[in-house]
Amino acid sequence: MNNWLYIAIFLFVAVLFPTALVVVGLLLGPKRPNPIKTDTYECGVQTWGETWVQFKIQYYLFALVFLVFDIEVAFLYPWAVAYKALPLFAVLEGVLFIVLLTAALIYAWRKGALEWS
Amino acid sequence: MGLLSHPITLVADWLRNLFLGWGLSQGLTTVLLYLIAAIVVASLANGWVIFLIWFERKIVGRMQDRIGPNRVGPYGLLQPFADLIKIITKEIIFPDKADKPLYVIAPLLMDAAIIAIWAVIPLVPMVGMDFNVAALYTIAVGAFATLGIILAGWSSNNKFALVSAFRTVAQMISYEVPTVLALLVPVLLAGTMSLQGIVEAQHVWYIVLAPLAFLIYFIASVAEVGRTPFDLLEAESEIVAGFHIEYSGMLFATFYVGDFLHAFTIGMLGAVLFLGGWRGPGAEAYPILGLIYLWIKAFVVYFVGVWVRGTLPRLRIDQMMNFCWKFLTPLALILLVEAAVVDRLLLGFTPWGRGLVHLAINVFIGALVIAYARAYDNRRKRERPLAAKPGQYPVARPPQPAAEAQSD
Repeated sequence: MNNWLYIAIFLFVAVLFPTALVVVGLLLGPKRPNPIKTDTYECGVQTWGETWVQFKIQYYLFALVFLVFDIEVAFLYPWAVAYKALPLFAVLEGVLFIVLLTAALIYAWRKGALEWS
Repeated sequence: MGLLSHPITLVADWLRNLFLGWGLSQGLTTVLLYLIAAIVVASLANGWVIFLIWFERKIVGRMQDRIGPNRVGPYGLLQPFADLIKIITKEIIFPDKADKPLYVIAPLLMDAAIIAIWAVIPLVPMVGMDFNVAALYTIAVGAFATLGIILAGWSSNNKFALVSAFRTVAQMISYEVPTVLALLVPVLLAGTMSLQGIVEAQHVWYIVLAPLAFLIYFIASVAEVGRTPFDLLEAESEIVAGFHIEYSGMLFATFYVGDFLHAFTIGMLGAVLFLGGWRGPGAEAYPILGLIYLWIKAFVVYFVGVWVRGTLPRLRIDQMMNFCWKFLTPLALILLVEAAVVDRLLLGFTPWGRGLVHLAINVFIGALVIAYARAYDNRRKRERPLAAKPGQYPVARPPQPAAEAQSD
């Protein structure tokens, strides 16, 4: 439990540090906004149209492959931790799992999901 | 129990007795001690950034045939302080169109996430936290830094910043996979996720057992930080400054500090996982020596990062994605299988015997992969002798004059 307490306190301190610096910056810096200054900066050119538009998400497939891999890797971590205590059979089962992952990668590759166009 | 051999334990005991002497309860004392420890570690990390900024500017300056900062203080050492004083008295601009809460949270989130990684790094032997899921924690918390960049790009309501945020998403989701897979190798070899445990298990440094995993970890981490050659998210010549285009004053400085601290934290994790952490002659007897060893190792890894930054040009985005998915990820999977199978076959070996067999197999795999990549590159060059076919690459090309096109 103590470990988690330390992590919680550390997270608090980690947030505190940059926040304190920014607050000091806010207190010491001048505050003189004007319409030109607070306008969107696009190299001096007037901004045109909406920014938050629907964007062509061409890495949608990358995101899917990533999701698969990240979840599967989360399963591999307990296996790696228990590795020393596992019998050979269990180790080979883990290897089989990785081979299946590789097969999925090759499938995505052959399907052209990994082409950036 | 001299001051030299256990200074940290000594100070901690002294403080504990002091607080207990004031009549504080046992629980409150623990909280206070943890708070002090956290503040010391976080200050150490943040203070060190001041030196890193000077160092990196100097080294990159030299690599680019410049002198770098040399006016303020000896060798320009006081330059970061001057910059700090300047930037802290600058105005923080809040753009009218920005999503203001997110706009403020983004840099804080990025910086806080990177400082938070330091909570689990075993700085000295025996002292500090033995956190049993530390390896996973560093990945989980480190991902928040990227999230801060995405938030900044989106909340600025600026088209350059938004493009940068999208590039960051592509980069993050790609390079997260090889990083996580490469980190699995030391976890598997040590049989624990605790960083302290991994350091203690390294009778032979894991860079000997898994040099390729270290390389993959290093490359993918540089990409996660978004440094050259993977700095597409802040490509000055394409999207001005990317995600921090609208930021000014201390909010910008927070990104700046976060970037340097992230780069050094990567070095720190690399040193802990692959270079033996605090291990070194005399580190067991004098824990403070361990801190110095760890610091030197982390600094070496960091220096290589700066070196790469000063040497290589920026990659194109399709090259970057291909390199990740078609090179690093399959290689990381192969290495994982290699580590699992070979280590099981070497159960009875001495640490060095085990290390050398792993090293030999790693070198063999590395040679094979490089030969294959060479062959692939040559074949591609033969198929496309000139890379200037219009429409082949997502690069804008000006229309060629007709006369020149014929003479080609």
